[in-house]
Amino acid sequence: MTLWQIVLIGAIACLALKLLGYLVPASVLARPATARTADLITVALLAALISVQTLAVGTAIELDARIPALIVAAGLFALRVPFVVVVVAAAAVAALIRLWF
Amino acid sequence: MTDTADPSAVDAQVRAATRAGLAVGLATAAYGVSFGALSVAAGLDVWQTCVLSLLMFTGGSQFALVGVLAAGGAAAGPAAIASAALLGARNALYGIRVKPLVGGGFWQKFAAAWLTIDESTAVSTAQTAPRAQRRGFWVTGAAVFVGWNLTTLIGALLGDALGDVRAYGLDAAAAAAFLGLLWPRLRRLQPIVVAIGAAVVAAVLTPWLPAGVPVLAAAVVAVAVGLTDWLGRRDASGSADPIVGDGGAP
Repeated sequence: MTLWQIVLIGAIACLALKLLGYLVPASVLARPATARTADLITVALLAALISVQTLAVGTAIELDARIPALIVAAGLFALRVPFVVVVVAAAAVAALIRLWF
Repeated sequence: MTDTADPSAVDAQVRAATRAGLAVGLATAAYGVSFGALSVAAGLDVWQTCVLSLLMFTGGSQFALVGVLAAGGAAAGPAAIASAALLGARNALYGIRVKPLVGGGFWQKFAAAWLTIDESTAVSTAQTAPRAQRRGFWVTGAAVFVGWNLTTLIGALLGDALGDVRAYGLDAAAAAAFLGLLWPRLRRLQPIVVAIGAAVVAAVLTPWLPAGVPVLAAAVVAVAVGLTDWLGRRDASGSADPIVGDGGAP
């Protein structure tokens, strides 16, 4: 697949899902089990992405500066620091560790 | 409450909804920069990055797509698309909730569907008067759309200029961005357990499966817990509230 195909197919799929909510009768998708599962899928995918983004390099597990950076980010989110500040802080922690070690 | 209940109170609520929408738009615009930079770092060009923000326009899915591509390159395309679509599935449920609130004919509904994201749904459903719900939806959706796309472009151009992304810690920034999207959803035991389970599954499977697939496999944890409602809260309404209260991205 080319990157353009990935971008366009992915974008159209997400847009189609948005339209789906407006097209299907509410009773089909509004069951509690469906809503709950969709909600948990969001949680699971985000958690899995954090895990892979922090630990993986391709298909290998590699422990490096990303771990302390993520710990700092978690601490800052717990303190209700705004999103952008946390993301920049996490990048800075990883960059400084790589610079010094 | 209805539109005719108390006109001045409704006017006040419409103004409050407008202010909330603009504030949310401003806040989310700021992390369009991080998306743009990370997308370019993942190997997409500036145009592809901007098309994602224009057409896909749902932050979690966009971060997921570029995150999987960063790990596995174009070969991970199918997994990247599937991750983005799975994360975008919640927008279909938001559509059901806001469809009765936005009004209008076919084209207006089409535009509304395009703008149906965490933020527009959250601001809209937080209002009680129908006029304020409608205003909240459109102002938030439009403000986030304009801000998100402008700052995506800025971030993409910045990322292009930066060069070596690991030296700037952008790989760590991506993990932090996902954590920021996840954080407001971890208010109950059930999602916390699912998050931990999914993170472990993805990490354990990483050496054994192609890049991107472990992330998809982790969704099985959510399906298993969701369908059985293990550790679920049995409340009277029986409906989970999928709306991000604060701090989520589009």
